[in-house]
Amino acid sequence: MQKLKFYQKGTLTVGNRLVDEASHNVQASQERSNSLTCGHRACQGCGEALGARYAIDAAMRAAGKQLIAVNATGCLEVFTTPYPETSWQMPWMHSLFGNAAAVATGAAAAMRVTGKSTTRVVAQGGDGGTTDIGFGCLSGMFERNDDVLYICYDNEGYMNTGVQRSSATPPAARTATTPAIGAQPGNVFGTGKFVPKIAVAHDIPYVATASVADLHDLEAKVTKAMAFHGARYIQINVPCPLGWGAASHDTIRLARLAIETGLFPIFEAEYGRITQVRRIRRPKPVAEYLKLQRRYAHLFRDGVEDPRVARIQAIADRHIDEYGLLET
Amino acid sequence: MKHPFAIALDVGSSKANHTGSWRTLRPEYVDRLPPCNAACPAGEDIQGWLFHAESGDYEAAWHALTANNPLPAIMGRVCYHPCEGACNRGQLDSAVGINAVERFLGDLAIAEGWGFTPPAEETGKRVLVVGAGPAGLSAAYHLRRAGHAVVLREAGPMAGGMMRFGIPKYRLPRDVIDAEVARITAMGVGLELNTKVDDIEKTMTEHGFDAAFLAVGAHIARRAYIPAAGAAKILDAVSLLRSMEGEAPPLLGRRVVVYGGGNTAIDVARTARRLGAEEAIIVYRRTREKMPAHDFELEEALEEGVSMKWLSTIKNIDGGHLEIEKMALDDKGFPQPTGEFETLEADSLVLALGQDVDLSLLDKAPGIEIENGVVKVGPNMMTGRPGVFAGGDMAPSERTVTVAVGHGKKAARHIDAWLRGAALDVAAKHASASFDRLNTWYYEDAPATVRPMLEAARRIDSFSEVQGGLDATNALYEARRCLSCGNCFECDNCYGVCPDNAVIKLGPGKRFSIDYDYCKGCGLCAAECPCGAIDMVPETL
Repeated sequence: MQKLKFYQKGTLTVGNRLVDEASHNVQASQERSNSLTCGHRACQGCGEALGARYAIDAAMRAAGKQLIAVNATGCLEVFTTPYPETSWQMPWMHSLFGNAAAVATGAAAAMRVTGKSTTRVVAQGGDGGTTDIGFGCLSGMFERNDDVLYICYDNEGYMNTGVQRSSATPPAARTATTPAIGAQPGNVFGTGKFVPKIAVAHDIPYVATASVADLHDLEAKVTKAMAFHGARYIQINVPCPLGWGAASHDTIRLARLAIETGLFPIFEAEYGRITQVRRIRRPKPVAEYLKLQRRYAHLFRDGVEDPRVARIQAIADRHIDEYGLLET
Repeated sequence: MKHPFAIALDVGSSKANHTGSWRTLRPEYVDRLPPCNAACPAGEDIQGWLFHAESGDYEAAWHALTANNPLPAIMGRVCYHPCEGACNRGQLDSAVGINAVERFLGDLAIAEGWGFTPPAEETGKRVLVVGAGPAGLSAAYHLRRAGHAVVLREAGPMAGGMMRFGIPKYRLPRDVIDAEVARITAMGVGLELNTKVDDIEKTMTEHGFDAAFLAVGAHIARRAYIPAAGAAKILDAVSLLRSMEGEAPPLLGRRVVVYGGGNTAIDVARTARRLGAEEAIIVYRRTREKMPAHDFELEEALEEGVSMKWLSTIKNIDGGHLEIEKMALDDKGFPQPTGEFETLEADSLVLALGQDVDLSLLDKAPGIEIENGVVKVGPNMMTGRPGVFAGGDMAPSERTVTVAVGHGKKAARHIDAWLRGAALDVAAKHASASFDRLNTWYYEDAPATVRPMLEAARRIDSFSEVQGGLDATNALYEARRCLSCGNCFECDNCYGVCPDNAVIKLGPGKRFSIDYDYCKGCGLCAAECPCGAIDMVPETL
């Protein structure tokens, strides 16, 4: 990633008037493709809408706008494309909930056999369509090393259908299927999976995690992923104001806290090995992150901190240790 | 139209769906008054000139700076920079070194020979400015820019006023004053030295001035009655500092006592050290906390070997013996005598007990009121005599160079309006850009640059400048530490973080606008704006 000196005002902002046009983020440019344009029906402050525009605009620039998107069923599909309207300003295809990776494989093969190999293919979906329902197709795409970049927008649940638990829902979080009642309120501890690690285990060319709170890192990773051929996977943390019970203006703040607490580790891996880790800049306790979300309200009832908060902190601490998230 | 199998409708765009109707709060771009600008006695748009300095366009920065203050190289040395005390960055790491960047720009302008453009049109009005100190120079400059013919009369042999005759060289080298004054006279300001105005009314009528700005400095030393027997060498601070501009430095002896607790007392003590005094002792009746002098100046003085005698008054002088009475603060913080005495040996005693203005030029002027030794002025700086304005040490104020420069500018604007027969339209001030409105995540950690200081050992044997300046690299770095509190600096954050693609980027220098057809009012732009330049305002339904 580019290190800019004397850049105090713009090192972390989207754009900076002091750097040349070529070094600008895609999102700072008036010429960005706005692949996902306005008028879509996502909720106020939707992290997924933001993450999708960030990722696809960056991929569009990397592919010289020769890009096809295949979409799994989910919020992203429903809020952008209620037939016959669409917010996508690019070739875009939707088939089923669970087969986005397979359809994308087919699209990539079609481009290859018709001699349009410069046209690139991305597949995208939420965590439900990726980590649960589409997982078999995804693993197949990985093991065959098909030339597809799969982007998972991880909002930690089935938000479109009414906030049900997915295998990416974190422990203690309240969802419609894991209510905050009984001895173990919210989602149980010790369940779920972290697909980026599984993707790394497939030894595919490129795997990364990213966040809507760090645009520089996200765009750099999408751009890097597009430089590879073969199977690639990026999972982007996208807070969901509706499903998480958070204020719409806190979407980026929450994504930032997910990074700074260590709950969502940001790293990249090439061919089965972790090559880079984004370190925590200003460490934060998990409580600061949890308190902003009503799905964790039962952990702080009557001003008393539930012992489960400490267990969530232990998860964050384990991530910090495992990935080396703190500067030593 | 023929559609493919199972397709009945054409593809439409979601842009038909005006999601702006969901909104209950609307984002609005605002401009707020940054604390530095609010604190500047000279009324500088500090954030405005730092903006140009950030991109390395120092000439534009200097022009923006001098639009309000024509003396940046002087300011960069002697201003007590209240801007830095107010700077929001002080709550993050440490304040932006505004004063250091100002000096860098001022020095660069002198080195590069940048000048002011004379006015495009002459108004035909003649204005008299009395006193070529900071207030007079500032007023002359602003009046000349407005197209008036300006005559600047100075009683002394050189321009600069208290900056030359009150501030020691080690703080303000004289070539800096000369360079910044020369730039003002080059605009066509007529500077008349050694010309004392004795009767303002007579001067105005005789020479046909349409208006006058009086800016006489406080050059008369205040005395205290101390019974003295024998041949004691007693001087006052004003004449001592003034005599430093002459050929022969004053003889003070090896042991010098300075009486007073203001910045002038410190200046005198430090000057005495440089003149060869082995001991310079400041006697002050109160404590360090109560001292009117700035703490950093005291600190520099202590580094140079000046010593302090707190809670002490001088009761009696007998030749080289000073009788000192110890004081104690009462519950109201006032010093009270204790009846305890001691003796201090001194070769000379310098009194630094405050200064007054010579107001004799007003004796025959009708309608001018004097209160507590200063001239009463209205909110427009005008005295009771229409057309005669006053500022600087003459008007009620904190007597600093920067305040005087501010008075000069303010008076010049009102004089200009008065000459045009109109009242000055003063724009309402923006609300304050407070620290809590910032999203400081977006600013990189950047500790302040420390200005080089001359070693204490090398300070006391010369009048070389104590504080050094910045170079081009660290001046740029320092300028870029500015947070641009309350005013958009086009970081593209709002444009980037809108999930609805409802922020329109208008291009460099043109900022942004909101597309209210699609803005859902989520508030992300306002929350992620680093400088707090977006408000969320309730929609009226």
